[in-house]
Amino acid sequence: MKKMNKTTKNNFINYGLVLVLFAVAQTLSATGNLSNLLQGLLVPLCVYTIASISLNLVVGFSGELSLGHAGFMCVGAYSSALFSNVVGDALPSVPRLILAILVGAAVAAVFGILIGVPVLRLRGDYLAIVTLAFGEIIKNLVNILYVGVDENGIHVTTNSSGLKLAAGGKKIMKGALGISGTSTLYKDIKPYFFLIGVILILITLFIVQNLVHSRSGRAIMAARDNRIAAESIGINVTKYKLLAFTVSAALAGVAGVLYAHNISMLKVSIFDYNLSIMILVYVVLGGIGSIRGSIIATIVLYALPEMLRGFSTYRMLIYAIVLIIMMLFNWAPAAIDWRKRVLEKIHNKLPKKEAA
Amino acid sequence: MRNWKKALGVAAAVAMAATTLPTAVFAEGEETFKIGIIGPMTGDYAQYGTNVYNAAVVAAEEINAAGGINGYQVEILAAGDDQGDPEKAVNAYNDLLDKGMQMLCGTVTSGACIAVGAEAAETTFLFTPSGSAVDCITAGSNEFRMCFTDPMQGSKSAEYIAEKGLATKVAVLYDSMADYNVGVHDAFVEAAPEFGLEVVADEAYTTDSNTDYSVQLGKIKESGAELLFLPNYYSDNALILQQAADIDLDVIIFGVDGMDGILSVENFDTSLAEGVMLLTPFSATAEDEATVNFVTAYKAANNDETPNQFAADAYDVLYAIKAAAEDAGITPDMSNEDISAAMSASMLNIEIEGLTGTAKWTEDGECDKSPKAVVIKDGVYEMME
Repeated sequence: MKKMNKTTKNNFINYGLVLVLFAVAQTLSATGNLSNLLQGLLVPLCVYTIASISLNLVVGFSGELSLGHAGFMCVGAYSSALFSNVVGDALPSVPRLILAILVGAAVAAVFGILIGVPVLRLRGDYLAIVTLAFGEIIKNLVNILYVGVDENGIHVTTNSSGLKLAAGGKKIMKGALGISGTSTLYKDIKPYFFLIGVILILITLFIVQNLVHSRSGRAIMAARDNRIAAESIGINVTKYKLLAFTVSAALAGVAGVLYAHNISMLKVSIFDYNLSIMILVYVVLGGIGSIRGSIIATIVLYALPEMLRGFSTYRMLIYAIVLIIMMLFNWAPAAIDWRKRVLEKIHNKLPKKEAA
Repeated sequence: MRNWKKALGVAAAVAMAATTLPTAVFAEGEETFKIGIIGPMTGDYAQYGTNVYNAAVVAAEEINAAGGINGYQVEILAAGDDQGDPEKAVNAYNDLLDKGMQMLCGTVTSGACIAVGAEAAETTFLFTPSGSAVDCITAGSNEFRMCFTDPMQGSKSAEYIAEKGLATKVAVLYDSMADYNVGVHDAFVEAAPEFGLEVVADEAYTTDSNTDYSVQLGKIKESGAELLFLPNYYSDNALILQQAADIDLDVIIFGVDGMDGILSVENFDTSLAEGVMLLTPFSATAEDEATVNFVTAYKAANNDETPNQFAADAYDVLYAIKAAAEDAGITPDMSNEDISAAMSASMLNIEIEGLTGTAKWTEDGECDKSPKAVVIKDGVYEMME
């Protein structure tokens, strides 16, 4: 342990945190102590944890603001759900899910590149504006798409009556009615979705942490901290920003895949700008640039409104108040001072190992 | 500052403790049938959720006063709020299971119902008052509905318009981003030619831009349509009617059940809705005894609010559950699966005289009843022949 440097240790704490939470959840569920509500929350928690870690890569490490992460989730969700429904029973469920995840990630990455190439050359808040628009455009586009499949192949139109399917054809994507029944295709592996979600979180952590602590990651952070200085030593700022943005988009796509396969009703109105902001709230309240913070904030903030169900109609009010309190606790100067003082006190009380 | 933090800490602890307390409408007694309700209690569609919940409570109180089901009292669990979101609906469903739910009256909105339907399939008896998308109840044989499906409403509207000779040239204006509106619209447009109707204008708007309809209404006016079909919720329709009056659009307005509620929109000039026709299973101003009793009881319990057809559907659901439960002879100590299986079999045997018509159920879980149309005259609904 002693030889391990600080970053490696930090990385392993994050993996450990996820594994410990997984073990706790599994033990509780195996002993029957996990309520149905919590059991149902496990997979959505994985979805939003992946999304917030991926957004943290853009907001925290590359210093850009993305307000369109819901758009990338949407692209990943729809492309993978389409894939799963088209392939259907031609493949067993495990390889089908793996391929669906790859499809979702790839499609989201392509959109990430498409948006990143023109926008990341610019300085200023353009990425925020363009991603915001992207989220809305994708939402409206998906909303009018009708996709069906029959023996002649896949048909795509923009209105329901235009979909001329041969007999035995199946409408998969029905505009605003979305895609329904994706999760029923995976009935046999449904109990393992939490495990799959945790594996995806670990992969996400692995990708993000290794990227951040690599040569490229240092270049990304250098460009964030001082663009001119970074350029002066020969760092191609656009390239590195694009790298971070594309990886982030692909991971958000993976979150979308998990969402789409866990629930049997995929409708586009969910992927609105509120969802992007919600993920941003997780990242900001967890601490920009802190991956562990993102994980913890996502778990606390996603689970909170559900745990508050006992308050019936007042729960969203209480949720809002909790958000404000958390923000003050995390960022208000007085709160930071107070936290420092308390930490010092605790440190003073503990016997000092280093001194001995 | 430190005291303040302490106070906060205590408040948070109290809040956490309070979440674990059960909240139920009725006092804890011995064994009861626990029925859960899921729907939007907050957010854009809150009116539908609260109407369903309130009506279910009214029905449960009546049933309990009359001796309950098979001698057991009915308990309506605290409403599960889903804000119309499928994911939150599944969370609410799981939460209600934790609270001991045995049968589900819900969910209220379609998208949420499809998601919950997949979870409840073959485990918990699901009876939706208003989930009108086709896929809502296709996941399992234990799922039933009280209302018409979206496509049925669309094609029934076309049939009705043609049969009554209301118009031959029709225009449609609908929200292309909401599943309900699209479902009705698609079926209507598909069915229109079969009944000799010509769709001369098919205009859309989206949920994000539902405040200005002048462009679409202008096109509809130019198209020479005689009738405007509005498969939207009443809040949008109120604005559409307002703006249609502004440009002197003189056509027959025809809506479906989402139009219900238009007369209670705040600051809406109800004279604009004069002559509007809508396909709805329920009219709060009807004078038959059952409706009058229900409306009086509902108003008394809910600050004099008038119930809409969602409330009527929910009320009928409770009575249908009662009828099926008595036919099946279920008791509260049975498991959810057993109740579900017994109820599903009995649903096919029952026929109820509900507020929304005489209803029977098919094996698919669809409700077999005849549609009714009303026309707004002097600010109240009047049944059409």
